Amino acid sequence: MLILECPCCGVSGEETEFHAGGEAHLKRHSVGSTDDQFEEYLFMRENPHGVHFERWRHNNGCGKWFHAARCTTTLEVFGTYCAQTYEPPKEIKDAISARRPGWSWRNFS
Amino acid sequence: MFEAVSALQGASFNAGIAEVRELGLRGMITLRGDLTDKKLIKAVKGIAGRIPEPRTVALKDDDGAAWMSPDELLLMVPHADVLSTIETLNASLKGTHFLAANVSDARAVFEVFGPHAREVMAKLAPVDFSPDAFKMGMFRRSRLAQVPAAFWMNEEDAFTVVCFRSVAEYMFDLLSIAAQAGSEVDAL
Ligand SMILES: [Zn+2]
Repeated sequence: MLILECPCCGVSGEETEFHAGGEAHLKRHSVGSTDDQFEEYLFMRENPHGVHFERWRHNNGCGKWFHAARCTTTLEVFGTYCAQTYEPPKEIKDAISARRPGWSWRNFS
Repeated sequence: MFEAVSALQGASFNAGIAEVRELGLRGMITLRGDLTDKKLIKAVKGIAGRIPEPRTVALKDDDGAAWMSPDELLLMVPHADVLSTIETLNASLKGTHFLAANVSDARAVFEVFGPHAREVMAKLAPVDFSPDAFKMGMFRRSRLAQVPAAFWMNEEDAFTVVCFRSVAEYMFDLLSIAAQAGSEVDAL
Protein backbone atom coordinates (compact mmCIF):
# COMPACT_ATOMS: atom_id res chain seq x y z
CA MET A 1 0.00 0.00 0.00
CA LEU A 2 1.36 3.41 -0.98
CA ILE A 3 1.01 6.37 1.35
CA LEU A 4 1.14 9.57 -0.68
CA GLU A 5 1.14 13.15 0.52
CA CYS A 6 -0.67 15.44 -1.89
CA PRO A 7 1.52 18.55 -2.35
CA CYS A 8 -1.56 20.57 -3.38
CA CYS A 9 -3.80 20.13 -0.32
CA GLY A 10 -1.35 18.61 2.17
CA VAL A 11 -3.42 15.49 2.89
CA SER A 12 -1.56 12.24 3.54
CA GLY A 13 -3.66 9.44 2.20
CA GLU A 14 -3.35 5.86 1.08
CA GLU A 15 -3.43 5.01 -2.58
CA THR A 16 -7.17 4.32 -2.91
CA GLU A 17 -7.78 8.03 -2.35
CA PHE A 18 -5.65 8.73 -5.44
CA HIS A 19 -5.56 7.68 -9.07
CA ALA A 20 -2.39 6.75 -10.92
CA GLY A 21 -1.80 8.78 -14.07
CA GLY A 22 1.11 6.96 -15.68
CA GLU A 23 4.72 7.86 -16.25
CA ALA A 24 5.90 11.37 -15.43
CA HIS A 25 7.86 13.90 -17.47
CA LEU A 26 6.89 12.61 -20.92
CA LYS A 27 7.52 14.96 -23.80
CA ARG A 28 4.31 15.19 -25.75
CA HIS A 29 5.58 14.97 -29.31
CA SER A 30 2.92 16.00 -31.78
CA VAL A 31 2.81 18.43 -34.72
CA GLY A 32 6.19 18.66 -36.41
CA SER A 33 7.68 15.58 -34.73
CA THR A 34 9.00 12.52 -36.53
CA ASP A 35 7.18 9.19 -36.58
CA ASP A 36 9.82 7.79 -34.23
CA GLN A 37 9.32 10.59 -31.73
CA PHE A 38 5.56 10.17 -31.88
CA GLU A 39 5.88 6.42 -31.36
CA GLU A 40 8.16 7.09 -28.38
CA TYR A 41 5.58 9.42 -26.85
CA LEU A 42 2.65 7.08 -27.45
CA PHE A 43 4.11 3.71 -26.56
CA MET A 44 7.57 3.71 -25.01
CA ARG A 45 7.55 3.59 -21.22
CA GLU A 46 10.06 2.90 -18.49
CA ASN A 47 9.43 -0.23 -16.46
CA PRO A 48 12.09 -0.05 -13.78
CA HIS A 49 12.90 -2.19 -10.78
CA GLY A 50 13.44 0.66 -8.32
CA VAL A 51 13.28 4.42 -8.68
CA HIS A 52 10.33 5.59 -10.76
CA PHE A 53 8.54 8.86 -11.47
CA GLU A 54 4.78 8.99 -11.91
CA ARG A 55 1.84 11.33 -12.23
CA TRP A 56 -0.97 10.95 -9.70
CA ARG A 57 -4.29 12.66 -9.19
CA HIS A 58 -5.94 13.25 -5.81
CA ASN A 59 -9.28 12.17 -7.27
CA ASN A 60 -11.06 11.43 -3.97
CA GLY A 61 -9.70 14.63 -2.49
CA CYS A 62 -8.73 18.04 -3.81
CA GLY A 63 -8.84 16.79 -7.41
CA LYS A 64 -5.39 18.10 -8.36
CA TRP A 65 -2.61 16.41 -10.32
CA PHE A 66 0.89 16.07 -8.89
CA HIS A 67 4.11 14.08 -9.34
CA ALA A 68 5.46 11.30 -7.15
CA ALA A 69 8.91 9.69 -6.96
CA ARG A 70 8.85 6.19 -5.53
CA CYS A 71 10.45 2.76 -5.57
CA THR A 72 8.54 0.14 -7.54
CA THR A 73 9.98 -2.77 -5.56
CA THR A 74 9.55 -1.54 -1.98
CA LEU A 75 6.72 1.01 -2.51
CA GLU A 76 8.82 3.54 -0.60
CA VAL A 77 7.77 7.05 -1.58
CA PHE A 78 10.75 9.42 -1.86
CA GLY A 79 8.58 12.49 -2.24
CA THR A 80 5.76 14.21 -4.10
CA TYR A 81 5.98 17.48 -5.96
CA CYS A 82 4.15 20.01 -8.09
CA ALA A 83 2.69 18.95 -11.46
CA GLN A 84 3.86 22.13 -13.19
CA THR A 85 7.48 21.11 -13.81
CA TYR A 86 9.46 19.32 -16.52
CA GLU A 87 11.79 17.59 -14.11
CA PRO A 88 12.00 16.57 -10.45
CA PRO A 89 13.15 19.38 -8.14
CA LYS A 90 16.53 19.17 -6.41
CA GLU A 91 15.14 18.20 -3.00
CA ILE A 92 13.38 15.18 -4.52
CA LYS A 93 16.55 14.09 -6.33
CA ASP A 94 18.51 14.55 -3.09
CA ALA A 95 15.96 12.50 -1.16
CA ILE A 96 16.30 9.67 -3.69
CA SER A 97 20.11 9.85 -3.63
CA ALA A 98 20.03 9.53 0.16
CA ARG A 99 18.13 6.26 -0.12
CA ARG A 100 19.33 4.92 -3.50
CA PRO A 101 22.87 6.23 -4.16
CA GLY A 102 23.79 6.18 -7.84
CA TRP A 103 20.21 5.97 -9.11
CA SER A 104 19.28 7.05 -12.61
CA TRP A 105 16.01 7.23 -14.55
CA ARG A 106 15.86 8.33 -18.19
CA ASN A 107 17.94 11.55 -18.24
CA PHE A 108 17.76 12.16 -14.51
CA SER A 109 20.21 11.03 -11.86
CA MET B 1 -45.02 25.21 -8.88
CA PHE B 2 -42.78 22.45 -7.64
CA GLU B 3 -41.33 21.89 -4.23
CA ALA B 4 -37.68 21.01 -3.79
CA VAL B 5 -37.08 17.87 -1.73
CA SER B 6 -33.88 16.21 -0.58
CA ALA B 7 -32.94 12.81 -2.02
CA LEU B 8 -34.16 10.70 0.90
CA GLN B 9 -36.55 13.19 2.49
CA GLY B 10 -35.00 13.00 5.92
CA ALA B 11 -34.51 9.24 6.21
CA SER B 12 -33.02 8.12 9.52
CA PHE B 13 -31.56 5.01 11.13
CA ASN B 14 -31.71 4.79 14.93
CA ALA B 15 -31.33 1.11 15.72
CA GLY B 16 -27.56 0.79 15.85
CA ILE B 17 -24.34 1.93 17.50
CA ALA B 18 -24.72 5.41 16.01
CA GLU B 19 -27.61 7.35 14.56
CA VAL B 20 -27.69 8.23 10.87
CA ARG B 21 -29.89 10.95 9.48
CA GLU B 22 -30.30 12.64 6.16
CA LEU B 23 -30.22 16.35 6.92
CA GLY B 24 -32.44 17.59 4.13
CA LEU B 25 -31.91 20.49 1.79
CA ARG B 26 -28.88 22.68 2.26
CA GLY B 27 -27.81 25.53 0.02
CA MET B 28 -24.39 24.81 -1.44
CA ILE B 29 -22.29 26.94 -3.73
CA THR B 30 -19.03 25.92 -5.34
CA LEU B 31 -16.80 28.97 -5.39
CA ARG B 32 -13.65 28.73 -7.47
CA GLY B 33 -11.09 31.48 -7.73
CA ASP B 34 -7.96 32.94 -6.18
CA LEU B 35 -8.47 32.42 -2.44
CA THR B 36 -5.99 35.22 -1.69
CA ASP B 37 -7.93 37.78 -3.73
CA LYS B 38 -9.09 40.66 -1.51
CA LYS B 39 -12.55 40.90 -3.08
CA LEU B 40 -13.08 37.17 -2.76
CA ILE B 41 -11.96 37.11 0.88
CA LYS B 42 -14.34 39.95 1.68
CA ALA B 43 -17.24 38.22 -0.06
CA VAL B 44 -16.64 34.94 1.78
CA LYS B 45 -16.31 36.74 5.11
CA GLY B 46 -19.74 38.20 4.49
CA ILE B 47 -21.14 34.67 4.33
CA ALA B 48 -19.07 32.49 6.64
CA GLY B 49 -17.39 35.09 8.86
CA ARG B 50 -13.91 34.11 7.68
CA ILE B 51 -11.95 32.26 5.01
CA PRO B 52 -11.24 28.70 6.17
CA GLU B 53 -7.61 27.62 6.47
CA PRO B 54 -6.55 24.69 4.27
CA ARG B 55 -8.30 21.43 5.25
CA THR B 56 -10.71 23.17 7.63
CA VAL B 57 -14.29 24.40 7.69
CA ALA B 58 -15.47 27.80 8.96
CA LEU B 59 -19.00 27.63 10.39
CA LYS B 60 -21.27 30.47 11.43
CA ASP B 61 -24.72 29.32 12.57
CA ASP B 62 -26.21 27.55 9.54
CA ASP B 63 -23.77 29.18 7.14
CA GLY B 64 -20.26 28.06 6.44
CA ALA B 65 -17.33 27.77 4.09
CA ALA B 66 -15.26 24.62 3.62
CA TRP B 67 -11.79 24.45 2.05
CA MET B 68 -12.07 22.07 -0.92
CA SER B 69 -8.76 22.68 -2.71
CA PRO B 70 -6.22 25.51 -3.19
CA ASP B 71 -8.65 27.25 -5.55
CA GLU B 72 -12.06 26.08 -4.37
CA LEU B 73 -14.42 26.64 -1.44
CA LEU B 74 -17.79 25.11 -0.70
CA LEU B 75 -20.13 27.78 0.64
CA MET B 76 -23.12 26.68 2.70
CA VAL B 77 -26.22 28.81 3.23
CA PRO B 78 -29.92 28.10 3.84
CA HIS B 79 -31.42 26.46 0.74
CA ALA B 80 -33.78 29.37 0.14
CA ASP B 81 -30.89 31.88 0.10
CA VAL B 82 -28.75 30.25 -2.59
CA LEU B 83 -29.84 32.29 -5.59
CA SER B 84 -29.61 35.62 -3.77
CA THR B 85 -26.18 34.65 -2.38
CA ILE B 86 -24.94 33.84 -5.89
CA GLU B 87 -26.28 37.18 -7.12
CA THR B 88 -24.39 38.93 -4.33
CA LEU B 89 -21.20 37.00 -5.18
CA ASN B 90 -21.54 37.79 -8.87
CA ALA B 91 -21.94 41.47 -8.08
CA SER B 92 -19.15 41.74 -5.51
CA LEU B 93 -16.64 39.68 -7.54
CA LYS B 94 -17.34 41.36 -10.88
CA GLY B 95 -14.11 41.76 -12.83
CA THR B 96 -12.23 38.97 -11.00
CA HIS B 97 -11.65 35.49 -12.41
CA PHE B 98 -14.04 33.25 -10.47
CA LEU B 99 -16.93 30.82 -10.67
CA ALA B 100 -19.92 30.59 -8.34
CA ALA B 101 -22.11 27.58 -9.16
CA ASN B 102 -25.25 26.39 -7.39
CA VAL B 103 -24.65 22.73 -6.52
CA SER B 104 -27.32 22.48 -3.79
CA ASP B 105 -29.50 19.97 -5.60
CA ALA B 106 -26.52 17.89 -6.72
CA ARG B 107 -25.57 17.04 -3.13
CA ALA B 108 -26.91 15.01 -0.22
CA VAL B 109 -26.02 15.73 3.40
CA PHE B 110 -26.00 13.25 6.29
CA GLU B 111 -25.27 13.34 9.97
CA VAL B 112 -23.71 10.44 11.88
CA PHE B 113 -23.83 10.95 15.62
CA GLY B 114 -23.47 9.12 18.90
CA PRO B 115 -20.57 7.78 20.95
CA HIS B 116 -19.54 5.36 18.18
CA ALA B 117 -19.77 7.86 15.31
CA ARG B 118 -15.99 7.86 14.87
CA GLU B 119 -16.01 4.08 14.46
CA VAL B 120 -18.76 4.16 11.87
CA MET B 121 -16.75 6.65 9.82
CA ALA B 122 -13.50 4.75 10.35
CA LYS B 123 -15.03 1.58 8.89
CA LEU B 124 -15.71 3.36 5.61
CA ALA B 125 -12.97 5.91 4.92
CA PRO B 126 -9.17 5.48 4.65
CA VAL B 127 -8.72 8.24 7.20
CA ASP B 128 -7.40 8.26 10.78
CA PHE B 129 -10.42 9.04 12.97
CA SER B 130 -8.73 8.68 16.34
CA PRO B 131 -9.50 11.68 18.57
CA ASP B 132 -5.88 12.86 18.36
CA ALA B 133 -5.91 12.85 14.56
CA PHE B 134 -9.38 13.97 13.48
CA LYS B 135 -10.48 17.06 15.39
CA MET B 136 -13.21 19.63 15.47
CA GLY B 137 -12.87 22.18 12.69
CA MET B 138 -11.06 19.81 10.35
CA PHE B 139 -12.54 19.22 6.92
CA ARG B 140 -11.59 16.21 4.86
CA ARG B 141 -12.40 15.09 1.33
CA SER B 142 -11.92 11.39 0.82
CA ARG B 143 -14.10 8.43 -0.02
CA LEU B 144 -16.62 6.40 1.95
CA ALA B 145 -16.42 2.86 0.56
CA GLN B 146 -16.84 3.36 -3.19
CA VAL B 147 -17.92 6.99 -3.46
CA PRO B 148 -16.31 10.40 -2.90
CA ALA B 149 -17.42 12.25 0.23
CA ALA B 150 -16.47 15.22 2.36
CA PHE B 151 -16.92 15.35 6.11
CA TRP B 152 -16.27 17.27 9.30
CA MET B 153 -17.37 17.24 12.92
CA ASN B 154 -20.11 19.64 13.98
CA GLU B 155 -19.51 18.69 17.55
CA GLU B 156 -17.66 15.87 19.26
CA ASP B 157 -19.17 12.55 18.03
CA ALA B 158 -21.32 14.24 15.36
CA PHE B 159 -20.08 14.06 11.76
CA THR B 160 -21.63 15.83 8.82
CA VAL B 161 -21.11 13.97 5.53
CA VAL B 162 -21.64 15.49 2.09
CA CYS B 163 -21.81 13.36 -1.06
CA PHE B 164 -23.28 13.46 -4.55
CA ARG B 165 -27.07 13.28 -4.57
CA SER B 166 -26.96 10.46 -7.13
CA VAL B 167 -25.38 8.18 -4.50
CA ALA B 168 -27.52 9.34 -1.54
CA GLU B 169 -29.25 5.99 -1.09
CA TYR B 170 -25.96 4.11 -1.32
CA MET B 171 -24.48 6.44 1.29
CA PHE B 172 -27.43 6.02 3.65
CA ASP B 173 -27.29 2.22 3.36
CA LEU B 174 -23.55 2.26 3.84
CA LEU B 175 -23.67 4.39 7.00
CA SER B 176 -26.59 2.38 8.40
CA ILE B 177 -24.84 -0.96 7.83
CA ALA B 178 -21.60 0.37 9.34
CA ALA B 179 -23.70 1.45 12.34
CA GLN B 180 -25.69 -1.75 12.78
CA ALA B 181 -26.33 -2.99 16.28
CA GLY B 182 -23.60 -5.10 17.82
CA SER B 183 -20.92 -3.93 15.37
CA GLU B 184 -18.78 -2.02 17.85
CA VAL B 185 -15.06 -2.44 17.26
CA ASP B 186 -13.93 -0.33 20.23
CA ALA B 187 -10.63 0.36 18.48
CA LEU B 188 -10.63 4.16 18.61
ZN1 LIG C 1 -4.87 16.92 -2.66
